[in-house]
Amino acid sequence: MTPDGMKDAAAGLKPVRGPTRREVREARLRRRSMLIAAASTAFVVTLVVGLVPMAPGWERVQKSFFNPDIFAETFPGLLGAFLLDVMIFAWCAPMIAVLGLVIALARDARSPALFPLRLFGTIYNDVFRGVPVILVIYLVGFGIPGLGLPRPWNSPYIWGTVAVVLTYSAYVAEVYRTGIESIHESQRAAATSLGLSHWDTMRYVILPQAIRRVIPANMNLLIALQKDVALLSFIGPVEILRQAGVYKSIHANFTPYLGAALIFLAVTVPATRAVDRMIARQNKARS
Amino acid sequence: MIFGKIGISAILVLIFAASTAAADESCAAGKTLKDGVLTIATGNPAYFPWVIDNDPVSGKGFEAAVAYEIAARMGFDRDHVEWTSTTFDQAIQPGPKEFDFNLQQYSITEERDQTIDFSAPYYAAAQAVLVRQPTVDGGATPTLASLKALKWGLAAGTTAPALVQELVAPDSAPLLYDETADTAEALKAGQIDATMMDLPTALFTAAVLLDDGVVLGQFPKGAEAPDSFGLVFEEGNPLRDCANEAIAAMTEDGKLAAIEAEWLQEATGVPVIE
Repeated sequence: MTPDGMKDAAAGLKPVRGPTRREVREARLRRRSMLIAAASTAFVVTLVVGLVPMAPGWERVQKSFFNPDIFAETFPGLLGAFLLDVMIFAWCAPMIAVLGLVIALARDARSPALFPLRLFGTIYNDVFRGVPVILVIYLVGFGIPGLGLPRPWNSPYIWGTVAVVLTYSAYVAEVYRTGIESIHESQRAAATSLGLSHWDTMRYVILPQAIRRVIPANMNLLIALQKDVALLSFIGPVEILRQAGVYKSIHANFTPYLGAALIFLAVTVPATRAVDRMIARQNKARS
Repeated sequence: MIFGKIGISAILVLIFAASTAAADESCAAGKTLKDGVLTIATGNPAYFPWVIDNDPVSGKGFEAAVAYEIAARMGFDRDHVEWTSTTFDQAIQPGPKEFDFNLQQYSITEERDQTIDFSAPYYAAAQAVLVRQPTVDGGATPTLASLKALKWGLAAGTTAPALVQELVAPDSAPLLYDETADTAEALKAGQIDATMMDLPTALFTAAVLLDDGVVLGQFPKGAEAPDSFGLVFEEGNPLRDCANEAIAAMTEDGKLAAIEAEWLQEATGVPVIE
């Protein structure tokens, strides 16, 4: 009972419960740790801001990495080039989601007659997870058009997309598979005893739970995909990374790369935070 | 071939003997990365005809020969020259360098000059347009109107994208690649019709990397955008003045022209684009 509560009680009013001693102490602790965190952050920032410019090469670095004029001049062009990244990402992501699921289901085929399907799924995943993305992009992006396809069917946009989709589907398929395998066998047994066929079990019982479970893991892959889209520039398309490179060689200055990095961060940081929140929510729901 | 080797090395030995004796050794003294040794960088791989067989130590190829000649005139004989390699971009970024000078067809531009230092030019390159036979059969001619309609692909780190924009201004935006080898690959795949590079590299690419490469035309030297190659030095490196003296002397006594005649075939068959 706080003194306030006593007064309220004496006045014959319904006592309003003030914070308990423990709550007061916890609030004080929270405030204190906030203050300490703020102070130590300020200290580190001051150190960085104060010490880095004292380095002997700082003026040169500033001139070639942090040049405000060049930054202002190149930033609009970089934003325009980033649209291409966003577009490629937008049409790759759904294709990857679908193809990954198909391969995951192929790997989960249980009847002996479908063994070739499982074998294909396993080999596919091993190959495409084992080869660096950039190699697949080179091989598919230059190799397949080299077979003599007419324009526009030899476009680097098409085959670059194919390369990215092939690679990422393997990763996404593995994530789906862990999701499918994480659903307890008793659920399948229950579904079978209800008379559901294998596919119905998959569709109505297993997949809805499995996919929900692996959303955070897949979101992480999405963020990685966002960055890897830039690798398409190796086979011709002028997206943000290449555009930054062009500005760099025009101005002989690295500031455009800083601009490109900031644009990427502006997209990936919110996405990453959202995924973290989602994972935290899931963990809470499970515990 | 053997006779050729012996002949060349004999000539080189004579030149070195003559030049080291005459060289003013005080100029480069104490200005090099390692005392008494000149460290020269080039690309890896370094391409024909600039460096033959990716082996600059042999002194074969235009840039390798020029490098040794400059070194000799600065007072470094062959045993006191060390080679190293950098990427194209490494050499033109700011900061300290792991070489005394670097040569891999660096076009001298004002913007690059702000982060590094260039020597006087050692070669003026004509820019050439490289296509494949099917494009020629399709009616491409060495005229600006015809070039505008082609799909271009260029090496991004070079001066080519800016040059094409300036000289041709193509109808559709060019695709860009890491290096000239990749543009050759895109030509093979039929993803682009044309690319632009300096004439010696274009002749090599047409002859070696492509089965049906054609150097469609060249922009005349001293067009609006003349492309001159210079040695790259770290910003403010005092060694540059010594190299410039050597280059001036080489130009003066015809040695530079002789090296050029030896390694860079005059491309007489390539029409000039009007």
